Amino acid sequence: MATIDYGGTQYVLQDGESVLDGLLRQGAEVPHSCRKGSCHACVLQAMAGDIPAEAQDGLKETLRAQGYFKACCCRPAGDLAIALADPDDRVAASLTRIEWVSPTVIRVRLTPSPPIEYHPGQFVTLVREDGLARSYSIASLPEESALELHVRCLPKGRMSQWLAREARPGTWVQLGRASGDCFYLPGDPEQPLLLAGTGTGLAPLYGIARDALAQGHTGPVWLFHGAGDRHGLYLEDALAALSERHENFFYVPSVRRGPAPPGIEIGELGDGIRSAFPSLRGWKAYVCGNPEIVSTLRKQLFMAGVASRAIHFDSFLPAAA
Amino acid sequence: MANVGTETSLYDQLGGSAAVDAAVDIFYRKVLADGRISRFFDDVDMDAQIAKQKAFLTMAFGGPNQYTGTDMRSAHKPLVAKGLNGGHFDAVVEQLGQTLSELGVKPALIAKVAAVAATTRQDVLNA
Repeated sequence: MATIDYGGTQYVLQDGESVLDGLLRQGAEVPHSCRKGSCHACVLQAMAGDIPAEAQDGLKETLRAQGYFKACCCRPAGDLAIALADPDDRVAASLTRIEWVSPTVIRVRLTPSPPIEYHPGQFVTLVREDGLARSYSIASLPEESALELHVRCLPKGRMSQWLAREARPGTWVQLGRASGDCFYLPGDPEQPLLLAGTGTGLAPLYGIARDALAQGHTGPVWLFHGAGDRHGLYLEDALAALSERHENFFYVPSVRRGPAPPGIEIGELGDGIRSAFPSLRGWKAYVCGNPEIVSTLRKQLFMAGVASRAIHFDSFLPAAA
Repeated sequence: MANVGTETSLYDQLGGSAAVDAAVDIFYRKVLADGRISRFFDDVDMDAQIAKQKAFLTMAFGGPNQYTGTDMRSAHKPLVAKGLNGGHFDAVVEQLGQTLSELGVKPALIAKVAAVAATTRQDVLNA
């Protein structure tokens, strides 16, 4: 049984329990969100003791060297002394605009100070004053003054309801470092790109598409956005305008349940892609949104000929309660 | 472990890890498309599945691998419980052969690969 010294208080872990679970169970406060190692909200720093390798998976070399680790993935063999990650990793950000873009989605703009480095399509963890943390994908481009996030408002979503109903322009939050590997890389400007996602999976795809076009991508860029019904679609005007401005950008909205006006396909997202492109050999793909749909689409795109290494994806894991 | 000796190993003749990389997508696509065996490969986690296919190909190519008979047995036990049998094993080896054939590997080398794969038959089937 490992004993964890966290800020001078001792916490004993149960067998097989993660550091995060053990601390939370015993009433400690630790920022956290996905609990699966993806969001990096629960990164802590070890001052003493051995960190299992899997707890540092996906962290930068420089952070590993300083003993940073993901508390949710850390099941230590021995005792540890740990502390909250250096708050210097976070920057303050002021909310500048919050608007409804569909009945369930808000677009949140915020200005980090100082500005943070990111690639459109990566995600950041947004931390409220009381430590509540959630990760969101970035839809904006670095050259734009504000950071743009799309937030799906769930009836019991603590962060989303707060952002939608209580937060105001001028409210301050904190942002972690941008992370994730679902973003555009220049180097093959003619390669056809397929961007597919559901719900707020549009946020990273919107960022990636505009980033690719801004970086001079000349190959076709197809964005397939799927929703349950037409109220789940959003930014349709902005995307239509983008396809007017770029002759190599194509936007295909679809809904699983009709009715839908002309221009919106009815059916499964994957079926729409399949009928448009029976073969995707040589393409690069980006897939974002609901984990089950991401998993299904990845396999489908792979079977249609996209190389496994050319499929980038981001599964939106629900925040654990 | 890789062959020791003056002769070029099967793994090197096939092209080593680059050959594994070239084969893995083609092979994984084939087994997923093969109705006889796809259910054994249809794991939700595609990355984990591809890692497993790479390990398998490395082994079948006579390359460096960490497999022991015991690992093979325990790894395939849940699949045997789901009905994995000799017919499925043969189908996998067949798809492996087709993959290599598509990559232009000569029949004599494909036969050697199939022979290496065959050595795992008892352990895979928990026979």
